[in-house]
Amino acid sequence: MRAFDFATASTVSDALKLARPGSAFLAGGTTLVDLMKLDVMTPDRVIDVNALPLKGIKLRDGALHIGAMERMGDVAAHPVVTSVHPMISRALLLSASGQLRNMASIGGNLMQRTRCDYFRDVTSACNKRLPGSGCPALTGINRGHAILGTSDSCVATHASDVAVAFVALEAQVVLRSSDGDRTVPLEDFYRLPGSTPERENVLGPGELITEVVVPTLSWARHSTYLKIRDRQSYEFALTSVAAAISLKRGVVQDVRLAAGGVGTKPWRLRAVEEALKGGVAMERTFSDAVESAVDGARPLAHNAFKPSLLKRSIVRALLDAAGVR
Amino acid sequence: MTTSRRQFFGQAAAVSAGVALSAPAAEALANGAAPDAPGLVEVAFKVNGERQKLSLDPRVTLLDALRERLGLVGTKKGCDRGQCGACTVHVDDRRVLSCLTLTATLQGKEVTTIEGIAHGDELHPVQRAFIDHDGFQCGFCTSGQIMSAVKVVEEREVRTDDQIREAMSGNICRCGAYPNILEAIKQAKES
Repeated sequence: MRAFDFATASTVSDALKLARPGSAFLAGGTTLVDLMKLDVMTPDRVIDVNALPLKGIKLRDGALHIGAMERMGDVAAHPVVTSVHPMISRALLLSASGQLRNMASIGGNLMQRTRCDYFRDVTSACNKRLPGSGCPALTGINRGHAILGTSDSCVATHASDVAVAFVALEAQVVLRSSDGDRTVPLEDFYRLPGSTPERENVLGPGELITEVVVPTLSWARHSTYLKIRDRQSYEFALTSVAAAISLKRGVVQDVRLAAGGVGTKPWRLRAVEEALKGGVAMERTFSDAVESAVDGARPLAHNAFKPSLLKRSIVRALLDAAGVR
Repeated sequence: MTTSRRQFFGQAAAVSAGVALSAPAAEALANGAAPDAPGLVEVAFKVNGERQKLSLDPRVTLLDALRERLGLVGTKKGCDRGQCGACTVHVDDRRVLSCLTLTATLQGKEVTTIEGIAHGDELHPVQRAFIDHDGFQCGFCTSGQIMSAVKVVEEREVRTDDQIREAMSGNICRCGAYPNILEAIKQAKES
């Protein structure tokens, strides 16, 4: 681990004042400390934000507000979350382990870095870690990599589960800088890699996530988060699907879908949503509608199974959410 | 006089370090810091009920502070990457991974390690249950398993075998003692 200057912030304005180019905010540390040990992240100043008053989980003005410093485990167990948006709770509980969920904050979860092994290994080239050095995953071991939103520079997946649920639910993140607050839809917060995979989001220098705001959806109780992975627990997704569905007399009125483990960012499936509306909620309707999920997909040598896995996962998630299995 | 393996290695390291370095420099190196590195931080916190005040490099993890500075070697370093659970301890009564916790963030916090859960000579019920059910083979993951299990036993919503397995999935046992660990946790939940 490289040497750094350590500072503790007790207010958001303190934290913003302490930030400078090359500094990093430290919350739960489950990404940052790990990647500092690997020399993948080398901040010269670490600002401890654990004492910031960015807490609270509440319903206000038709939306669920989650403070950025709330821990994953606390959000998952909160009665307001489990009653209003059970999909969020489920996505969190299928992530990481009990210990990590006690540590990791919601803001930090959204800022977690990819699990691409080439990114995590400083002896490898990686355009995300060292721009212009190349992408060994394109021709190397790429079973876990993305098929959607990829570029010739980067095929790394976004690793968060709860971000997939948030994108399906059209959550927004509140960002604070010395210029004040701004609110950005989480889907637009993340950038596609293009030719600049080192720029993963729209966060400005020294800008801090302070809150996640999730609009309530009267029918979001009919929802699920399905995660497919190599082992049953404590593993990242090969494919995951966040689904919520509204039915009237067996006909799809409205639906929300997003996928994880397949995209370079949490992947909203709008074309599938449109294809589903007005259809009778049954397996055949669902399997006809999912074809467009993989439009533009670029499978790699080791993950050619992902388009098929994604489509089948969407069908299963829809059957679960609709309760028509 | 008997010398344990740990004491022997400790003495041998001190002797070899003494050839070239002063004791404080050797200690700084052992903690992963360059000699006379600037920017040490002072941290006052409690470990197993005792007040501790350490001056340390901000890079020092709680795991290293416990083992190298406070001599509490019951907490084990398995992967040191947050993937195995061997280093599990409690901070303010929640189970966390000490390998991913920077000690500098623990000002005013209360840490409990495997050395702190028994009452005198009386084992914690989870420790007792691990012995009763032979919940280990090599024993390296055991202190982390027990520290995790102590909290899982308290979680009322965790009841079935599958729920216990899921709640314990952050603690890896490469000997494969899982069936006995599960039985131990069930016994501790019943008592």
